[in-house]
Amino acid sequence: MAIEEPIEADEAMLEGAKESTSETKVQESTEKYKVRIEKVNGWYGAKRAIKDVNLNVKDKAVTAFIGPSGCGKTTLLRCLNRMHELTPGAHADGRVVVDGIDIYDKSIDPVVIRRRIGMVFQKPNPFPTMSIFDNVAAGLRLNGMKNKTILREIVEESLKNAALWEEVKNELEKPGMSLSGGQQQRLCIARALAMQPEVLLMDEPTSSLDPIGSSKIEELVRLLKDSVTIIIVTHNMQQAARVSDFTAFMYLGDLIEYGATNQIFMKPEKELTERYISGKFG
Amino acid sequence: MTDDPRSSKKYSKIVHETVNKKYKKRIIVNKLVTIFTIVCVIAAIVPLASILLEVIKNGVSAISFEFLTQPQGSIGSGSGGIAPAIQGTIIVVGLASLIGAPIGVLAGIYLSEFAREGIFPDLVRFFNDVLTGLPSIVIGIVGYVAIVLSIGSFSVIAGAISLSIIMIPIVVRVTEETLKIVPYSFREAGHSLGISKAKITLSIVLPSAKNGILTGIVIAVSRIAGETAPLIMTILGTSLFFTGITGPVDALPLRIWRLASQPYESAHAFGWGSALILILMILALSVGLRFLAQRNTFKVSA
Repeated sequence: MAIEEPIEADEAMLEGAKESTSETKVQESTEKYKVRIEKVNGWYGAKRAIKDVNLNVKDKAVTAFIGPSGCGKTTLLRCLNRMHELTPGAHADGRVVVDGIDIYDKSIDPVVIRRRIGMVFQKPNPFPTMSIFDNVAAGLRLNGMKNKTILREIVEESLKNAALWEEVKNELEKPGMSLSGGQQQRLCIARALAMQPEVLLMDEPTSSLDPIGSSKIEELVRLLKDSVTIIIVTHNMQQAARVSDFTAFMYLGDLIEYGATNQIFMKPEKELTERYISGKFG
Repeated sequence: MTDDPRSSKKYSKIVHETVNKKYKKRIIVNKLVTIFTIVCVIAAIVPLASILLEVIKNGVSAISFEFLTQPQGSIGSGSGGIAPAIQGTIIVVGLASLIGAPIGVLAGIYLSEFAREGIFPDLVRFFNDVLTGLPSIVIGIVGYVAIVLSIGSFSVIAGAISLSIIMIPIVVRVTEETLKIVPYSFREAGHSLGISKAKITLSIVLPSAKNGILTGIVIAVSRIAGETAPLIMTILGTSLFFTGITGPVDALPLRIWRLASQPYESAHAFGWGSALILILMILALSVGLRFLAQRNTFKVSA
């Protein structure tokens, strides 16, 4: 049974459906959407990895990108803070509008964008030559903040928000790399949060962690969404179901379906989505 | 039932037999190779050790306080010392390092962090590799023509610049290789925090490559501290102390060569002593920098 045909037919219907609903949504309240992704394409050289993605990410909520390996979910995530273009030969086009500003506008410096949209990676990467304190403060210090009192306060608050403060508060001078894997990942989250971002992008943050570490991070995500909009890429469907409010399912570079997590998992509209959710492939 | 997995037992006997038959032979071969490599290590160390022993044996007798602090007395008298040469070595090598190390490190940083794919970085690397192999006498001649002749005198600065030319390609190579080993994930983390590329390189990448780069610099400095040919052409060598960077100066490799060429026993003794001092200085530099680098590491994990 060929998979190609159903997608194309559905894509057209999806486009049509989206156009009518998204217009009404826009009329209702654009403020509700923190990030509007409009016709975004992501390229590696001449190869198009994500195709014409349209997606509106709701503010102060957790949105998950799911899909089989190679579907483009990480590429899409990295387009949201302009990290995609750091790969040699890679570029993206389209619009990504955050709070009314298109981050791909020619006048925007990508470095500035990345201070407002933070990212946490699959494998924890605390800076090797820095202590725990210095790691969390790194983004602030290296961007010019010198006031020691404020730095100390922000570091403490960030570590608390990352659920790491109690474990390290007496050992802030120890090297960042001396923590366990799960702790290192929370350290990286604290480091990202210290920049007071409005959006936090998480690229499979629990992939390299053990189950207990993973569940701690998931708990953290649920707590954080009240203050930061979170977009999380995960290859673990159950995690997406547990943690997110909205889910986007991608396949081979296309956005197949996007909606409330409950709806996607219980009553998916597309056959492809249903097959992925029920584990028939991927 | 050819699909029956149990039929693979047909091969298990012959596989186990073949593999175990060669087992004894492999143990013997293993032992022979181990012995051979140990022999090679000894063969590599023996010449080094014998040179060191020879220098110590012949040079120790010349060492004295006078030797280390006085200029040379009249030729053939066996009095005085090599203090100007010690001072000259420190000045010329020090100045050469001040010129060569920053240029080398910065070029290495460029090649590793900022160079795009293209013909220019490849050309730079190619010429860098060519420079590494340039005979030092050639560099000395160029230094003579370019600096000594234009300034009008044999000088410290001519020697320092010539030595730095020998030093730079080594430092560039080591710096680039060391930086390449630093995992990309740290740079990525820096980017994700909205830190500019220059800051990422300076404050995140460089500190974690610090030890390797320092080792490379020490190796380069040790190399130029012993170079004689460029010095012959550029600093002249004198029996006087340092007078100014546009004036001539003495240096240990030069002094060793001059002393060895004289027919007097006392001069030869001084030569051995100078060789010993030179080796000790280079050793001190190497150990000293290693020690400093280790202290920094301990500070982080304390």
